[in-house]
Amino acid sequence: MRALLIAVLLALTPVAASAVQPDEVLKDPALEGRAREISKDLRCLVCQNQSIDDSNAPLARDLRVLVRERLTAGDSNQQVLSFVTDRYGDYVLLRPPFKATTLFLWIGPFVILAIGGVATALYLRGRKGAAVAAGGDTAPLTEDERRRLDALLRKDKA
Amino acid sequence: MRRLIYLLPLLLFVGVGVAFLRGFDRDPRDIPSALIDKPAPEFSLPPLPGYKEGLSNATLKGDVTLVNVFASWCIPCKAEHPIITRLAREQGVTVRGINHKDKAEDAIAWLNRNGDPYASIGVDLDGRVSIDWGVYGVPETFLLDRQGRIRFKHVGPLTPQVVEEQILPMVKHLRSAS
Repeated sequence: MRALLIAVLLALTPVAASAVQPDEVLKDPALEGRAREISKDLRCLVCQNQSIDDSNAPLARDLRVLVRERLTAGDSNQQVLSFVTDRYGDYVLLRPPFKATTLFLWIGPFVILAIGGVATALYLRGRKGAAVAAGGDTAPLTEDERRRLDALLRKDKA
Repeated sequence: MRRLIYLLPLLLFVGVGVAFLRGFDRDPRDIPSALIDKPAPEFSLPPLPGYKEGLSNATLKGDVTLVNVFASWCIPCKAEHPIITRLAREQGVTVRGINHKDKAEDAIAWLNRNGDPYASIGVDLDGRVSIDWGVYGVPETFLLDRQGRIRFKHVGPLTPQVVEEQILPMVKHLRSAS
């Protein structure tokens, strides 16, 4: 049983899927760390739903090497990203920037959530209003109802 | 008002549906270039061995120019080659090539076999200049105005349709404009 569980857990564990080759890795671990971070945010334009960190495409490799070269030359992370977006546009960023053309992308879900919330609130209020109008759940109990309720509660306690 | 609220989900559904349908018509590989209306990147590439002229951004000024990124190992490049040859020979368009990550002898053999419509070719052995041009797949073709600014980009092989409907009108327009 335990062996099975371990096997299942192992099968579900994501393998470190990085495509970075040993000869690309920088000697300075801090720089290499920053390079990995940047690579994860850059889209491989050949296999478009992978980052260049994951992709085995030759272009992804070239870009990984380029990122490392820029970092070694003293660029900040932001400068490296700008260097790449200057050439390939915002599309190369896996996390789209917040600006006029991507506004709906960012706030769209919240707008839809708000519309849904307002619609739900309106619906619930309408139902309550209808119940009041029908003399429904807000009317006080009659003598008979109170007696029956007391009897039920007593029976419940006993 | 009430009825409108009940119609809202339907309207939203139709809106999203139309957006998706339009998405199906788009080629996901066709990414708009970040370089449109910008000057060609600074670069200088050596010629193929035995050829006179390489390619640099200085070469790209003065005439409306088509810059074609190609390689001998690229199958679609072979397909578009006759179209490019016709553009150069029959329409008198100056075509210059960037030979992308190719072996020099392979590229020369390829040109000898298929013909050489290029006014000049720069050798981009490591693909660095191609990255500066925002190239992400071969072939890609750029159209530049007389000032050396990139005005149009086509990803993938040129087709007679692209030439007729986009490149030739643009060449005419750019030639008369400056």
